[in-house]
Amino acid sequence: MPEHEQHPPASRPAPWRNPQVRAIAFQVIALAILAWAGYTIFQNTLHNMQERGIHTGFGFLGQPAGFGIIFSLIPYDETMSYGRTFLVGLLNTLLVSGIGIVLATIVGFIAGIARLSKNWLVSRIAAAYIEIFRNIPLLLQIFFWYFAVLRALPSPRQSMHLGDSVFLNNRGLYVPAPVSQPGMGLVWIALLIAIVAVIAVRFWARRRQLRTGQPFHTFWVGLAIVVGMPLVTFLATGRPISFDLPRLQGFNFSGGMGLIPEFVALLAALTIYTGTFIAETVRAGILSVRHGQTEAALSLGLPQGLVLRLVVIPQAMRVIIPPLTSQYLNLTKNSSLATAIGYPDLVAVFMGTTLNQTGKAVEIVAMTMAVYLAISLAISFVMNMYNRAVALKER
Amino acid sequence: MKTWINAAIGVLALGTLAHAGTVSAATTTLKTVQDRGELHCGVNTGLPGFSQPDQNGHWTGIDVDTCRAIAAAVLGDADKIKFTPLNAKERFTALQSGEIDVLSRNTTWTLTRDASLGLNFTGTNYYDGQGFLVKKSLGVDSAKQLGGATICVQSGTTTELNLADYFRKNGMQYKPLVFDTSDQTVQGFASNRCDVLTSDRSQLAALRSKLQDPSSAKILPEVISKEPLGPVVRQGDDQWFNVVKWCLFAQINAEEMGINSGNVDQIRKDSKDPGVMRLLGTSEDMGQKLGLPADFAYQIIKQVGNYAEMFNRNVGPGTPLDLDRGINALWTDGGILYAPPVR
Repeated sequence: MPEHEQHPPASRPAPWRNPQVRAIAFQVIALAILAWAGYTIFQNTLHNMQERGIHTGFGFLGQPAGFGIIFSLIPYDETMSYGRTFLVGLLNTLLVSGIGIVLATIVGFIAGIARLSKNWLVSRIAAAYIEIFRNIPLLLQIFFWYFAVLRALPSPRQSMHLGDSVFLNNRGLYVPAPVSQPGMGLVWIALLIAIVAVIAVRFWARRRQLRTGQPFHTFWVGLAIVVGMPLVTFLATGRPISFDLPRLQGFNFSGGMGLIPEFVALLAALTIYTGTFIAETVRAGILSVRHGQTEAALSLGLPQGLVLRLVVIPQAMRVIIPPLTSQYLNLTKNSSLATAIGYPDLVAVFMGTTLNQTGKAVEIVAMTMAVYLAISLAISFVMNMYNRAVALKER
Repeated sequence: MKTWINAAIGVLALGTLAHAGTVSAATTTLKTVQDRGELHCGVNTGLPGFSQPDQNGHWTGIDVDTCRAIAAAVLGDADKIKFTPLNAKERFTALQSGEIDVLSRNTTWTLTRDASLGLNFTGTNYYDGQGFLVKKSLGVDSAKQLGGATICVQSGTTTELNLADYFRKNGMQYKPLVFDTSDQTVQGFASNRCDVLTSDRSQLAALRSKLQDPSSAKILPEVISKEPLGPVVRQGDDQWFNVVKWCLFAQINAEEMGINSGNVDQIRKDSKDPGVMRLLGTSEDMGQKLGLPADFAYQIIKQVGNYAEMFNRNVGPGTPLDLDRGINALWTDGGILYAPPVR
């Protein structure tokens, strides 16, 4: 051993000749340069802005905004702060993206499966829908829906109406707003119990099927429980809901709940446009499942619907999920086109009016970008978790 | 080897980035414009009477003429301008970042804008006020009856704030429908999406004339705000600030002295009036004090005209806007236009 101790330095290469050390060193240097560059740009911007007399900082978020917003999910008026306008815009963006993602997924799955249908008419209609709407720029589609919807609808005083409660005109769709009365709490509790019950039934049904092979109509029974229990409670407690009806007052309707045409147009365009891409993704996913799988399932005696639901779709999902995530991200980011038709989303309200009234371009653009980044990363995160759940488990 | 190349590319890219981040503030705007031989002027994307391209693509309007006057003074040629059309949201950033030398885009002078954006307002080339355009079928005679109305308004303007103030002051509700451009607000109004369109009153007449049936709409009598519109420059370059300021003053002074583009050559040759001689640069070199040629005011008047010519050509009687001078008349005629003396 003493002999060995004398020699090790000679047998080991110098650190700069060691590829591993070198690789790490370069990464450290690159990271340091990156950090330095980022810091320099940041300092430069700050310095230049100060030199030009441009005030910086996020203090403006607490100042009163002083402008109105047409559509808000949370209470808002002109006396509230710029920070509040940020929240209003953010929620409006999340609303249209969230509903858009759900609807586009439904439309996309239906169209994707329909395009593979053996029925000539169904598959042609699906193909026509996909090819038309996939190939027209989204902004044009938004304008189309907005102006098509607008011009076709009558003015508030000549509204189309359904009895005295539902009105449709070029200011939007007005429906009665439910107002909960005392006793409504019981109905919510009933709904909660019903949901727990359905989960229990499903669990029991699966165990029974594994044991005896007998299937159980979980879906219909579940539906009956979820709808039935709250309904019975609702009637038993004496219908604890009253409705606030929309009324024509002056120029417009007040009371009730209203959906503005800008929202409808944006939602329609986003859903229909993104739906086409999802349809193609779904088609690709289904086609990636070998035909032998379908044949095997059919020869086991499974009906068509179950073949699709139990054999084809689960395998197709592995192919569908990653591109589907991209479509969700696209839809969310595309919702910023709202500004073109005056839907008050984050870009229109915060990066539009608020930016202009305060002049805090750098701060506001940075905040807005951070928000979109955060939303997108959150969607990716959830979808990646789902992807891991459906991915092929190697055992 | 690959690591080497990656690292080298990385350093190169970062180096350029960091370099681009540094801004040299050594040269003055005046020098930059003179060296470039072209004035970069930010104007409205399309606003009748203020800045609008005509059929041949030439920009016309009061705001455009204000730019042309500056180019005439600084470069001796009113046509050496690159116009950058900007919407309300883009305008200040374009000026702050140095993309344009002067912003002449019907921009209202307010305290916040003057004090916190790093900008300076150089004066007022049009005194405006905000009003309302409504459908006659609504049967409304006064803005006080507009409670509950849906109102089309352009984003990022003082108009949007005045609107909120006015309705709050009068305890009325309203629904603001905010669009990016003036054209979109008109479209919203024309398609009945909103009951009311609000904008500066100088615009309402022009916008009304764009409607399919102009007689179906009317302008309400109320003026709800003060809107002094004028050119804007970056803060911190006093020389350029003075140049832009005095280009407008030269036009106003010329009108006061009765000098216009038609008679300026004659007056320049014959006049013995010391005030006129100072303005036209035939006695003392006033231009030098601004860093401009001695004949800067002559060039402005010759090529662009005095304030009255600029007003009448673009927004005055006989134009689509058909506005009278109102408060935009000279102080000697009962208006509030008043330029400091050239002395």
